[in-house]
Amino acid sequence: MEGFPILSLITFIPIIGMIIVLLLPGRSEKEIKYTALIATALQLILAIILLANFNYSAGGIFDKSSFQFVENYKWIEVFGGSWVGTIKINYFVGVDGISTPLILLSTIVTFIATISSWTINKSIKGYFALFLLLDTAMIGVFISLNFFLFYIFWELMLLPMYFLIGIWGGPRKEYAAIKFFIYTLTGSVFMLLVMIGLYFSATQTLADGSQVFTFNLLALMDPSNYTATGILSPLNPHNLRFLAYIFLFIGFAIKIPMFPFHTWLPDAHVEAPTPISVILAGVLLKMGTYGIIRVSFPIFPEITRELAWYIALFGVINMIYGALVALAQKDFKKLIAYSSISHMGYVLLGMASLTVTGMNGAVFQMFNHGTITAMLFLSVGVVYERAHTRGINDFGGLASQMPIYTGFVTVAFFAAIGLPSLSGFISEILVFLGAFSVASIRVLTIISTLTVVLGAAYMLWTLQRIFFGKLNEKWSSLHDLTGREYAMFIPLLIIVFYLGIYPNPMIHLMNTSVNSLIEFMSANAQHITALAGF
Amino acid sequence: MNFSSLYSSISFIKPEITISITLILLVVFDLIFQKKKTIIPIIALLGLFISGIFVINELYRSGFAFSLGNKRFGMVTIDSFGSYFKLLVIVTSILIVFFSYSSSEIQKVKDRLGEYYVLLFGMILGMLFLISSSDLILIYLSMELLSLSSYVLAGFTKLRDRNSEASLKYLIFGAVSSGTMLFGISLIYGLLGSTNLYDINIALRALNVDWFTFYFAVLLMFVGIGYKISAVPFHFWTPDVYEGAPISITAFLSVASKAAGFAFLIRILKTALVSGVEPDGTWQMIHSFDWKTLIAILSVLTMTLGNFTALWQNNLKRMLAYSSVAHAGYLLLGVAVLSDIGVESVLIYFAFYMLMNIGSFYIVMLIANKTGSEDINDYNGMGYATPFLGVSFAIFLVSLIGLPPTAGFIGKLYVFIALINSKMVILAVIAVINSVVSLYYYIRVLKHMFLTKSEKPLEKFKISLPNKVFVLVLVIPVLVLGIYFTPVVDLAKSCITILGF
Repeated sequence: MEGFPILSLITFIPIIGMIIVLLLPGRSEKEIKYTALIATALQLILAIILLANFNYSAGGIFDKSSFQFVENYKWIEVFGGSWVGTIKINYFVGVDGISTPLILLSTIVTFIATISSWTINKSIKGYFALFLLLDTAMIGVFISLNFFLFYIFWELMLLPMYFLIGIWGGPRKEYAAIKFFIYTLTGSVFMLLVMIGLYFSATQTLADGSQVFTFNLLALMDPSNYTATGILSPLNPHNLRFLAYIFLFIGFAIKIPMFPFHTWLPDAHVEAPTPISVILAGVLLKMGTYGIIRVSFPIFPEITRELAWYIALFGVINMIYGALVALAQKDFKKLIAYSSISHMGYVLLGMASLTVTGMNGAVFQMFNHGTITAMLFLSVGVVYERAHTRGINDFGGLASQMPIYTGFVTVAFFAAIGLPSLSGFISEILVFLGAFSVASIRVLTIISTLTVVLGAAYMLWTLQRIFFGKLNEKWSSLHDLTGREYAMFIPLLIIVFYLGIYPNPMIHLMNTSVNSLIEFMSANAQHITALAGF
Repeated sequence: MNFSSLYSSISFIKPEITISITLILLVVFDLIFQKKKTIIPIIALLGLFISGIFVINELYRSGFAFSLGNKRFGMVTIDSFGSYFKLLVIVTSILIVFFSYSSSEIQKVKDRLGEYYVLLFGMILGMLFLISSSDLILIYLSMELLSLSSYVLAGFTKLRDRNSEASLKYLIFGAVSSGTMLFGISLIYGLLGSTNLYDINIALRALNVDWFTFYFAVLLMFVGIGYKISAVPFHFWTPDVYEGAPISITAFLSVASKAAGFAFLIRILKTALVSGVEPDGTWQMIHSFDWKTLIAILSVLTMTLGNFTALWQNNLKRMLAYSSVAHAGYLLLGVAVLSDIGVESVLIYFAFYMLMNIGSFYIVMLIANKTGSEDINDYNGMGYATPFLGVSFAIFLVSLIGLPPTAGFIGKLYVFIALINSKMVILAVIAVINSVVSLYYYIRVLKHMFLTKSEKPLEKFKISLPNKVFVLVLVIPVLVLGIYFTPVVDLAKSCITILGF
């Protein structure tokens, strides 16, 4: 695998697909769809090759040499005068045990979303072009090890998403699209400020011995790179690290979405077409938590430690609040959207524990939530396409009409509740174990277990209202799943069962990196605190 | 002034001389070719190209021209900072010539095309001198040359009442502000006995000045500058003039005229009012007057008001007018830093701002050529009627918002870099919140173009090849420079030298 630019290929294959789609005439719908399918399938195959060649003992996180499939090219070089250092930005990408599961997740979810996009019938060319652009941006975020590159990919997601919701969405699509856009842009502009602040606080020594300011995330994690006067340098007694942490955290929290920044999510989900909901819940939400793990935690370990309790608190609020609101929903899709908020709370709680178990649980939960929610949104799509309504109370007794569909949905629901032998259980139990082991957040953890009960309540209640009871005569013509729909559900079902029964491959994949992250953070938190002379 | 010094002085202003000769040629050819006016734009382009070549050839030359008596300093200062802005003005002018050529508004008054270009060249000449003059008298003269030509051009087509309204409003506001400025200049002359910026600086360093009167006079001068760059509270003319003027002139005013104004502002700050430059590039101001806060307040007001007022606009030209007010605010942030890195960010921002702003106006014009309307509601479904223009407009607007991977992002990035480098975090926060606000009205255009269905079916319309090429010439750099911005940044970095300090 040496020298083979597999990460760039995974990232930019969709762009090539997009160019082909744009060159095809708008009439040739079939060709456009197959181009998108082939592009995402190639991506998936490459992701599997990546996994097959992955070195499980390399930690990554802060150490450049243990990142894998690294590509590091000169990208932007501006030689400055005497008053400001030269600007050097590298195209620096690589993966470790935290980004690999997410790359795997994105490629799987995008591939399935492409299959699910088959029913799109309006401006197909535009749809798939934007879809593929979004795909590139998502993968790009997960592989970037340079903050500047990370930010560009991060922002690149916004516009395609805006149009995908705004053009192909439901009745209130315009409102939902602009709300999504404004919320996420607000978060990311604050991230931009922190990025520039960090840039002026740390220097990197180049091969020729000269020092330059840097956007390199790995260099930013090393306290010894910070300058004495940098605005975000721990050495500077008047540093603004605390403020920067809050800014950065809000930027990521909006994406998760964390209470109280979550209000864009139900709107966006309800209006977005099914495949876009799948991508949104399956991949986009993970970027918030991924960003926190990749950027906030290792760069600001001392503030993370200080604020861990609050992060856990917000995680628990997310869990319980999301579940309570889900309980009150009458719209099937909105219910799933709120359950997403609830499940992302687990990730926050697991991360905030700052233990290996909790962090493993958090990363694993990110993966599991991606696959399980994808299934849930696909289920909503299936029934909505047939019945053109999503009102939970409009249905009833669908089990007799659509038995196989009912079976699949039941598995997805059980996985979301966290039933043993399904993947959701493993990650949730890891989160609870990790969080419970930390004395300071033990009480919060105990409270948070309430979510399991609430989750079972709204999920089972929904299951009962839609699938059991007397069949509404209106729906007697609904047919069961088609071949294409099987193709969407079965891979996800296999993953959910497989990781529920034998989670080891996934935990093994992330464990080394999670360990080195936790070690790195606890060592550096002390180091930085000592530097600052608290 | 002896002959040899006059000769060497003239060698410094070759671009300006070229423009003047072209101006005369335009008058002559306009008289000769009464019927066939197609030659006029060609001559204009030729003149601009030659003048542009002169600027590029002597980009890094510096010196004083037109010194009186045996004084060291001249009325005209040539330095790379000025050359950069001159280049910007000339490139903009070249684009505007093409722009005018495909504008149906201008083509409707074809018999007066000669006058149009003569006036345009009057503006260009005024701008070039404004950029490089270092004497208050010459500054005032070039400002008047610039203004008088633009008053006429604003109402040039006389097709609608709005044209005359624009012209008159522009004239009245212009007259008041230039009168105020002249008063300021006369006070400064009375106080310091010189109109040369460098002599003023020397006199100020002696520090035995009546500071109150001096600052009062400088503030009066700032009224004139504020008017040119449409900074709040001197922006009132902007929306009406931008809406009423022919769109090619609107685009020209929004970029070139603003560039000249900014060049003048930065020059006056860095030559007359500065007492030294620290090694890291920050300027020490004479008498430690807090210019920073003053300009920062102006810039915050300018961008906030520009952005918030733009939210309610339904006419695209008016919306872009307020957006250009907001952008003047971002540019002022770069000035407020009062350092070389701030100047650099202004230079970078302007290059990108030129591309995206002219691009946006050009597309608004192309659509108005077809539909005769600039109302946002007539844009419904336009993205499907003309996907090419729709997508290009989307790219320009995204760039104006400042999202990657477009050039506008790099422009904003450099302004924020300048701010954070000098620890002006609060200003940076205000600026980013402003960009979020601006998102709403820019994206609103895209909403109408792509999301809202048109009530009456729009027929697809074809764009002629030259127009397509013109749009591509602007769109491609916006995208490419968004990902690979080294050339522009390199150029800007090498052009921050202002002669003197």
